[in-house]
Amino acid sequence: MKHTISILCDDVPGVMTRISGLFSRRGFNIESLSVGVTDNPGKSRFTIVVNGDDTVLEQLRKQLQKLINVINVWDYKEESIVSREHALLKVKAISSNRAELLQLVSSIPARIIDSSGDLWTLEITGDTEDVSSFIDLFRHYGIVESIRTGKIALKRG
Amino acid sequence: MKKGRTYGAKALIKTLEKLGVEVIFGYPGGANLPIYEALASSSIKHVLARHEQGASHMADGYARATGKVGVCLATSGPGATNLVTGIATAYMDSVPMLAITGQVPRSNIGTDAFQEVDTTGITIPITKHNLLVQEVKEIPSRIEEAFHIASTGRKGPVLIDIPKDVLFQEFNLPDIKEIVLEGYNPNSEGHPGQIKRAVKTLEHAKKPLIIAGGGIIASESFDVLRQFAEKANIPLTHTFMGKTALADNHPLNLGMCGYHGKVVSNQAIDQADVILALGARFSNRHTINLDTYPGHRKIIHVDIDPAEIGKNVETLLPIVGDLKQILTRLNDLIKPCKHPDWISHLKDIDSRALLPVVPENELTQIGTMRIMQEYLDNPLFVTDVGRHQMFAAHEIKLPSGRHFLSSGGLGTMGFSFPAAVGAAVGMPDRQIVVIAGDGSFVMNCQEIITATEEKLNIICFIMNDSKLGMIAQLQDEFYKSSFDISDLGSFVDFPKMAESMGAQGHRVVTSADLRELMQDKDLYKGVHIVDCVIGKGGEHAYPMVRGNSILDIVEEGGVK
Repeated sequence: MKHTISILCDDVPGVMTRISGLFSRRGFNIESLSVGVTDNPGKSRFTIVVNGDDTVLEQLRKQLQKLINVINVWDYKEESIVSREHALLKVKAISSNRAELLQLVSSIPARIIDSSGDLWTLEITGDTEDVSSFIDLFRHYGIVESIRTGKIALKRG
Repeated sequence: MKKGRTYGAKALIKTLEKLGVEVIFGYPGGANLPIYEALASSSIKHVLARHEQGASHMADGYARATGKVGVCLATSGPGATNLVTGIATAYMDSVPMLAITGQVPRSNIGTDAFQEVDTTGITIPITKHNLLVQEVKEIPSRIEEAFHIASTGRKGPVLIDIPKDVLFQEFNLPDIKEIVLEGYNPNSEGHPGQIKRAVKTLEHAKKPLIIAGGGIIASESFDVLRQFAEKANIPLTHTFMGKTALADNHPLNLGMCGYHGKVVSNQAIDQADVILALGARFSNRHTINLDTYPGHRKIIHVDIDPAEIGKNVETLLPIVGDLKQILTRLNDLIKPCKHPDWISHLKDIDSRALLPVVPENELTQIGTMRIMQEYLDNPLFVTDVGRHQMFAAHEIKLPSGRHFLSSGGLGTMGFSFPAAVGAAVGMPDRQIVVIAGDGSFVMNCQEIITATEEKLNIICFIMNDSKLGMIAQLQDEFYKSSFDISDLGSFVDFPKMAESMGAQGHRVVTSADLRELMQDKDLYKGVHIVDCVIGKGGEHAYPMVRGNSILDIVEEGGVK
């Protein structure tokens, strides 16, 4: 079962090690992890996606909550959240397919943020599945390099 | 120095004084010398251990004996890593401890400087919390927070790492505001609805059972536990860490459960209809195998740490909070009950237990423990880890209270002697008695020097069977290999070792020798190392679980 865990914590050195250490100690492979500051000074928010047994993850949630620097932990159900991922994609844009590529970019939530010679860098935003399927769309044109962030998520409402 | 200004190390010591710290167990080195400079003009006593591991066990023993926070101090690098075993020991048994370590100057951090290790990185998994102090002005508040965290909620060790240049920095000593830790709010009261439901469940139980864990000792809930058990007439079994939760001779106390538990205790767990677990964490030393652990659905689990509830066993009723407060509520609400059939059934099982046979003249571990108790007045026992530890858990009969200190969770060999030093420093009026094996004693025997220097009253009985007893037993029971790794030889002269370090050494070979020694009034003053030459090297510690479930338990020689 896939879990999206959101953690609000103090923005202090070592907090990343403490949090990720709890996962690795129990043999969890973190599928994605993203972290950044919040609008509240001194506080960060983690979004961690893991796949695992519900009971073990409930235990993990409690262990995370025990960390002194952790203020709150939520284990979100997929349907109750809005989530986004971001990807950068470098594709070949040779003259013969530029028009087609441009059309494709404008039909989805993507943008060209750099064009250097025959290489365009696109940015894509969407939920995890959207980003995956958009990347697939561009595979045909030849992806030179790509990178994606982990998922970030907030509860609806 | 200008008025109102101070430097880091001085602020550290001032804060510790303000928090009521009376003693620090430590060892000097380049990176913590500024702290020693500040200690020179302080009311805080410093006890010089002879190894940093010793210092950490001393702080642990002090904390377990007194209930206060034990403080230890080491320098950076190897000093800090030597504390690690002691910190992990305290972590596993939830002992309040503050470990202070020196760190290389900030400009050197991350350069693999001389005596540099990532102390906070190393100790993250074995501390309740830790941090590297980055700025001198943080010192007072971080120390106060550390103290607060170590001694509240589920207690545990906290480590503060301070770079040497920060210890030397000057600053204006601030007034500390109230401690605010947004992510740390231990709940102590317990949910009133759950408490009421627990009372109802217990009142309807036909065969209720209390499992008392180390939480009773940590929260000092001795009196209210006894009152509650008596009022509700519920028999009690305890985990290893729960020894002395209730007096050993109390009629409702069945004795220890688990891997080396008593048959009656493990049977009671199997047959009970409602189990009230109090500050016990259902460790694998207690449950053996969760798949075969009696599958009660009616477990009422009370613990200060919400993460312990449901971690290992399914719980019908979770109650998170301080045991003393919750037991008081339970005791107020419950109607007096009687369970005569259930209790007499358990007494009947217990009456069929095979009792270990102790020869009259030969010195055995059990015999030694029985004899020594006859002569001791209100002793505080500290055991090491091994076969003698299990014999001690069964044979040493104690009232409830802080009278039995032992490394339960981590099973740290070498714990006993330094922990006894800490206990003796904290409780100077108590007779401290160590029970160690010849293997475990050697692991920190250098602390005899500290004990002698501090003029403590410690009697240490070494159960000398020339073997690593528990290893011998495990090899006998579970391995067929002819590679006997348990043999330690008998060439170490423990009395001479003691004398070389300023203590008194004794050797007893028969029970008559031991009785004679125990009658000597001089034994109860100063540091005495008693080499008890155990004739029969191969006494196995029974009962023990030999199978896959707590019911697969064997007693001396025979399966029942």
